[in-house]
Amino acid sequence: MVYLGVGLGGMLGSLLRYLVSLSTSNILNNGFPIGTLIANYAGSLFLGWFTARIIARSNLNPVLSATIGTGLTGSFTTFSTFSLETLVMLENGSVGLALLYVMLSAVGGLTLAASGYKLGAVSGREAGK
Amino acid sequence: MIGFVLVALGGMSGALLRFGVQKLMPKTILPVATLTVNLLGSFLLGLIVGQGMQGNLYLFAATGFMGAFTTFSTLNVDLVKLINNKQSKAVLVYVIGTYVGGLFSAVAGLFIGRFL
Repeated sequence: MVYLGVGLGGMLGSLLRYLVSLSTSNILNNGFPIGTLIANYAGSLFLGWFTARIIARSNLNPVLSATIGTGLTGSFTTFSTFSLETLVMLENGSVGLALLYVMLSAVGGLTLAASGYKLGAVSGREAGK
Repeated sequence: MIGFVLVALGGMSGALLRFGVQKLMPKTILPVATLTVNLLGSFLLGLIVGQGMQGNLYLFAATGFMGAFTTFSTLNVDLVKLINNKQSKAVLVYVIGTYVGGLFSAVAGLFIGRFL
């Protein structure tokens, strides 16, 4: 059952990421991978919130939590694409842009996950009162 | 339309394989399962790109499978937990291992893929 959930979550998360990348591909025309950054930001914020809330409340069905956390959010965000996009920018000589991308992804992703985590811990405690 | 189906099927397979790796790997302070999928996935995506794969096969293998097999959200939530638990050494190893290792894995995959 949990495998079915993770598989379905993975399907949905990948499709959503694909849609984000398709719909954002025309925003910038300098080769900056804005779609991946948006998906990785949104997923990090959400997974931080979701994880802390589950820890604070621990009443969510484990199959549902694996479906949403591991399947959906895990697949919505991606690291391999991030690595390759960085590499392509470096190869094209856009060193500054590559550096900006790495810094924005690393610092921003961690900050958003930490913020989500704080929010989830607070809302989880309040919901438990 | 077929593109969406291929991304979904690739994503399903990638997510399941990542879940399998997480189940098989020992539970340690350093999140070795996430590190493994991210480094391996970066290498394999490099290989795919180096081979010049395009079209439907790329949507399945790269956008779907490798996109879902690797994860960025779990990496950051792992880091938040390590920071909260004051595991500063593990934080350092994990960050450097992931970002530097990921780039080198991608480079290795890309060059091998072009060479093959």
